[in-house]
Amino acid sequence: MDLMSLTALELGRKIKEGETTAVEAVEAAFAQIGKVDQTLNCYVTTDKDAALKDAEKIQKKIEAGELTGPLAGVPVAIKDNLCTEGMNTTCSSRILHNFKPTYTAEAVLNLKKAGAVILGKTNMDEFAMGSTTETSFYGPTKNPWNTEHVPGGSSGGSCAAVAAEECSYALGSDTGGSIRQPSSFCGVTGMKPTYGTVSRYGLIAYGSSLDQIGPVAKDVSDCAAILEAIASYDPKDSTSIRRKSYDFTSALTEDVKGLRIGIPRDYFGEGLNPEVKEHILEAAKTLEEKGAVLEEFDLSLVEYAIPAYYIIASAEASSNLARFDGVKYGYRAEQYEGLHNMYKKSRSEGFGPEVKRRIMLGSFVLSSGYYDAYYIKALKAKALIKQAFDRAFSKYDLILAPAAPTTAPRCGESLSDPIQMYLGDIYTVSVNLAGLPGMTVPCGRDKKGLPIGMQLISDCFQEHKIIRAAYTFEKTRTYERCPLVQTPDQKGAIKE
Amino acid sequence: MANIISDEMIEYVGILAKLELSDEEKEQAKQDMGNMLDYIDMLNGLDTEGVEPMSHVFPVHNVFREDVVENADERDKILANAPAAKEGAFKVPKTVE
Repeated sequence: MDLMSLTALELGRKIKEGETTAVEAVEAAFAQIGKVDQTLNCYVTTDKDAALKDAEKIQKKIEAGELTGPLAGVPVAIKDNLCTEGMNTTCSSRILHNFKPTYTAEAVLNLKKAGAVILGKTNMDEFAMGSTTETSFYGPTKNPWNTEHVPGGSSGGSCAAVAAEECSYALGSDTGGSIRQPSSFCGVTGMKPTYGTVSRYGLIAYGSSLDQIGPVAKDVSDCAAILEAIASYDPKDSTSIRRKSYDFTSALTEDVKGLRIGIPRDYFGEGLNPEVKEHILEAAKTLEEKGAVLEEFDLSLVEYAIPAYYIIASAEASSNLARFDGVKYGYRAEQYEGLHNMYKKSRSEGFGPEVKRRIMLGSFVLSSGYYDAYYIKALKAKALIKQAFDRAFSKYDLILAPAAPTTAPRCGESLSDPIQMYLGDIYTVSVNLAGLPGMTVPCGRDKKGLPIGMQLISDCFQEHKIIRAAYTFEKTRTYERCPLVQTPDQKGAIKE
Repeated sequence: MANIISDEMIEYVGILAKLELSDEEKEQAKQDMGNMLDYIDMLNGLDTEGVEPMSHVFPVHNVFREDVVENADERDKILANAPAAKEGAFKVPKTVE
């Protein structure tokens, strides 16, 4: 039995029924990590001994009937910006190369309560700033569908690890598309919940008003179950929201009859790759055949989302990353003259170029004389973008769109032109600005064989509509495993 | 490039951001920031007259709690992460002569 090809819920069921154990699942995960991770670099840190110990404890609790949840005993990979007590949490940065948190992020604690076994920490763009997982201090992650291409980012390690079956599911974080875009590039299912649904306590902050933790998995059912496990009201996160319901799995029904789906014309114009467009519109048609009502509309303001996003995210980053100064944790420069110079040198040597670029831009837009022209202007644009979505959701239950304008770019092609790279976030950033939930579901592949993902967006707190439509769509397809895991001869599948 | 970033400006931003850039990095930063500002200046085309800036999408307010200690004493665990520590405190270079 190939345990790693199962979905998280399937594996959980088999463990529960005694067909396999949590320990065997960890062994299977590490066997796969051993086979492919040298090529893919999905993980920054793994701890097999700790995972096996945890698995033994959890297995006993499952057998004693103390742990009965659907994810009990199932191995998970955690993005390396989520604090894990005693286990390195680097944010893929040099400045946190040896940081061992003294506490565990609330979302991860919630998973542990549900019986999850943590395998390790996944690679990401440094401090989640990037769209390719190439800005990691620990080297880039490769796309398991074709290792000459990037996995997307910033949760590229999490998404690639799920696609390459190096874990049963993973957690990511999404500030401007960092779950949805790499999910699209890696052919997996990923979700960004409504802002405030999952506690950010223990998530190392990038853009606090935009950051949200979410699941990455093989299918919609897994995502719903994982979200149900990690979502909670948490007084330790002052932006945490007490939701009326934390039930997401009851929305797993095959029924979209009468569901009104808006297709934003402005997301299908210039800049969208024709093959991606074709597959997304085909997916929309499939939902229409299942009974959904499609209508094209103009969302408006789309071109303003990226500039507003980069101002707000960089401003918040410049403030959030001020804490890394070589005093309390992480990297300290070896040579310096005095306290102030130590701060500057530690930061300059500890942060990579993309992080410095955003900290500088953020410091600039918040500086006196420019604050109103840039920062306040961006917050006003955000208000207008939110209003545009409010108007859309007064007419539609869902918005259907691409997750990204292209399939995964080739390695090394994106970083040379930052603005071009930022434009790749055009279909995802406005969802963060408006606090909305969004999900990426695989819907086909281009001629090169690279995955394409459809994005479903709903109004705040309407995740159940997304889950219903995504589940219905998914039922019309079969999950496609990447060639890397299909071929028994790994070398034959990997292009160096 | 419409936005020309002066040497003084890059120095000033470097001070705000607490970053020490090499000459090469400074030139690159001037170029990058100029390009980025040219791009984000596009926002000037958006009429925001009378629009209230929105910092948070939901009407959340300050969240208060009683001022009581909830966490345990974790001093040693916390200091274990410090690049330098002495007598239960973070050790930093001398700041007062």
